[in-house]
Amino acid sequence: MYAQMIKSEGGKDPSEMTPEEVRFQARIDAGEKIEPKDWMPEGYRKTLIRQIGQHAHSEIVGQLPEGNWITRAPTLERKAILLAKVQDEAGHGLYLYCAAETLGVSRDDLTEQLLSGRMKYSSIFNYPTLTWADVGAVGWLVDGAAIMNQVPLQRTSYGPYSRAMIRICKEESFHQRQGFDIMMKMAQGTPEQKRMAQDALNRFWYPSLMMFGPSDAESVHSAQNMAWKIKINTNDELRQKFVDQTVPQAEYLGLTVPDPDLKWNEERGHYDFSEPDWTEFFDVLNGNGPCNNERMEARQEAWADGQWVRDGLMAHAAKKRARKMAAE
Amino acid sequence: MSNEWPLWEVFIRGQHGMSHRHVGSLHAPDAEMAIKNARDVYTRRNEGVSIWVVEAANIAASSPTEKGPLYDPSRSKVYRHPTFFDIPDEVGAM
Ligand SMILES: [Fe+2]
Ligand SMILES: [Fe+2]
Repeated sequence: MYAQMIKSEGGKDPSEMTPEEVRFQARIDAGEKIEPKDWMPEGYRKTLIRQIGQHAHSEIVGQLPEGNWITRAPTLERKAILLAKVQDEAGHGLYLYCAAETLGVSRDDLTEQLLSGRMKYSSIFNYPTLTWADVGAVGWLVDGAAIMNQVPLQRTSYGPYSRAMIRICKEESFHQRQGFDIMMKMAQGTPEQKRMAQDALNRFWYPSLMMFGPSDAESVHSAQNMAWKIKINTNDELRQKFVDQTVPQAEYLGLTVPDPDLKWNEERGHYDFSEPDWTEFFDVLNGNGPCNNERMEARQEAWADGQWVRDGLMAHAAKKRARKMAAE
Repeated sequence: MSNEWPLWEVFIRGQHGMSHRHVGSLHAPDAEMAIKNARDVYTRRNEGVSIWVVEAANIAASSPTEKGPLYDPSRSKVYRHPTFFDIPDEVGAM
């Protein structure tokens, strides 16, 4: 997902819990929201910073593959739409950074951890957008996969995170629809355009399935995070839901999902499908994807190039304050 | 990495006649920029007609541990609600 493989700091047996921890878990079980000033276990706080931070970084880095096409969108209208979509993602990053900051980490600290590679972002953004059809595939599949995960997270136990998710979900369906709209145009266009649409689906299908992360049905981290309600579904549940929703949409487009073993399983009431190549996933996560270096360099450059603006505006604000005080 | 822009809390009036409501926060060097950023971040889809920003450091908040002493006393004062009083039907609307 946008936050993949979040290691949990908890994992305590109920018999080892302190009375405070027992009370805390009872509040979560009762469906109460935890707010920033409430008592919380250190593990809950740390795990959330990791998860929300990674989610925020993904929104920010996720602007890059699509930003690549803003100047080359085929029409002025498509350009305006893509610009609005990418601007939304910047907003999503901000909502999430603010939610993380309520847990006692600073924005600059989070940025520093991204730029130094100590914090990760979603593996999906390390793939290139080679053609205009890729912009369609990203909106349709990548935002589609993100929605699968973000909708249940609106019910997460941490108040600020839940509120950020609610805002984000409101904006997200526009993203998926504009992507599907591009895919429809391409798939119903010239044979060459349809080939581009098929090629985009071929390249983005498995990386999209990887977004949910490897199976975590057996993971203790996942179990703890689910007990804390900072994870709502298992990775496999969400992946299955995504496949079930997306396959009929691909059929509508007249495109073929690049999986020869994909077929409807009447008994299960779900599609059977092939797992992505998890070696590739870990490789990309470890920095060896097609665009890892490019993405990190772009973020580092943006941060360095913005230094004079951040400093200049702070100096200006201080000067204005001093002038006002002198006048009083 | 020091010299970080301060944090501001953002309040938006959604429609004429409504109160401002807290919608989130953002970083900005001063109030003027905070309002400009709030416009970009929180009102991209006609969510508001007016923006307030307050530097987060200037907000005082009650503590969660005081929940009991602060809010429990009002629980027993049921007579503060109109439904406490039975008014005969003959009296009409009141
Ligand atoms: Fe987003
Ligand atoms: Fe999105």
